Amino acid sequence: MPTGMSLIVKTITRLVASFITLFGVYVTLFGHVSPGGGFAGGAIVAAGLILVLLAFGREETNRMITHRLALGADCAGALGFLALGLLGYLAGGYFYNFLDPGTPHTIASAGTIPLCNLAIGAKVGGALFGVFLALAIFRPDPRTEDRS
Amino acid sequence: MDPFMWFLLVLLAFMILGSLIAAETEDLLSSVVCVGAVGMVLALVDLFLGAPDLAITQLVVEILTIAILIRVVLTRRDETHETRKDTLAVGGVMLSLGVLLVLGGWAFTGLHPFGEPLLNSAEPGVAAQYLAGGLAETGAANAVMAVLLDYRAYDTFGEATVIFISVIGAYAILRHKGRVRHADGNEPHR
Amino acid sequence: MSVTILPFLLALVLLLIGLYVIIAKKNIIKIILGVAIVEYAINLFLVLLGYRAGAAAPIRTPEQTDAAVFASGAVDPLPQALILTAIVIGLGCLALLVSLAVRLHERFGTFDMTRIRELKG
Repeated sequence: MPTGMSLIVKTITRLVASFITLFGVYVTLFGHVSPGGGFAGGAIVAAGLILVLLAFGREETNRMITHRLALGADCAGALGFLALGLLGYLAGGYFYNFLDPGTPHTIASAGTIPLCNLAIGAKVGGALFGVFLALAIFRPDPRTEDRS
Repeated sequence: MDPFMWFLLVLLAFMILGSLIAAETEDLLSSVVCVGAVGMVLALVDLFLGAPDLAITQLVVEILTIAILIRVVLTRRDETHETRKDTLAVGGVMLSLGVLLVLGGWAFTGLHPFGEPLLNSAEPGVAAQYLAGGLAETGAANAVMAVLLDYRAYDTFGEATVIFISVIGAYAILRHKGRVRHADGNEPHR
Repeated sequence: MSVTILPFLLALVLLLIGLYVIIAKKNIIKIILGVAIVEYAINLFLVLLGYRAGAAAPIRTPEQTDAAVFASGAVDPLPQALILTAIVIGLGCLALLVSLAVRLHERFGTFDMTRIRELKG
């Protein structure tokens, strides 16, 4: 289905997809206070972007949210997580929680945990959306077809 | 048995029934839908067993799995038929799985009873320390996140690496360029 | 068999059903579904291991000020932390398997393992 779905689906997607992605970012950010965290939030962000891909078709989506963006978010998340671990080495030990614990049950608490959640959310969201995009824009190559 | 146990057993029986239907039905789309139902009920069971993070993640990941599988199944023609049944092979498989079930049942008698985990015993191990000291030492109210990103952050880094490898593997398999055939059909050595 | 290990045995039955699908089926997509069922069974088993009867989720609300009372009324957080990563890894591995199946279908035109096994050159 290269041109996407019907007009009803496209209109509803225009209204809803940004809210789904926002909800994913919320679940990621408040992961240390309420259920969720980086993995759940990243999966929800990927689901919101996959909704856009399914509703508008692969060519149009590949123009706005390209393959390189997904791969870039994936790598940025991984490198950010590694950077937080190595910075903790300067303060005590590998992956040491070196920031201030803060007042509990608020967003600015728990030291490096919210930052780690953001890195993991970017990584998981980029990875899951990227692999779905790769499967969607895959086109069978006529040279290697060997219908035996 | 209290109603909670009954409900849990009903949900588990539903999962087993759903996976049996997914295994035996001929139509691929029905199998995918049945496995999707099994995953959704697993998210419900997670919620019942006090794991809300798992329930959210399982639900969303299940939806993405069904989306990928339906996309693959619906757009490709396939004429696989389960033709002549090799009863000897299938019987052998069933027999060995039955032996595994009996051995597993015998091994499970050494487990702590369901509902009284290692935490309740006299030497609870590190989990009791993580629960009791979670908020004071790390500042995170969510004990699972405190375990995952503070006490055991190195394991989470290993997990991030595994996701990265699997996604890069998928990209590498689905690439088109990178393999050049010469005119006589030979591939150049790398 | 007593009710105290019955949930574990049902998780084991689910694992064995998934294993049967992987071994005995010919269609690649069926085999991938079998791998998914095995993953669900293992996640289910680990979550069942950590459950404590009558306890709540291990997330602390502002009203629970006493750490000892909270720790005695919460389920085990360690298996949940393990499975949370395993669920997302499972999706990554499933996507890898599906991309293999897509490539095989492009090359051979079918999802049938018995015909794909006759490799040529």
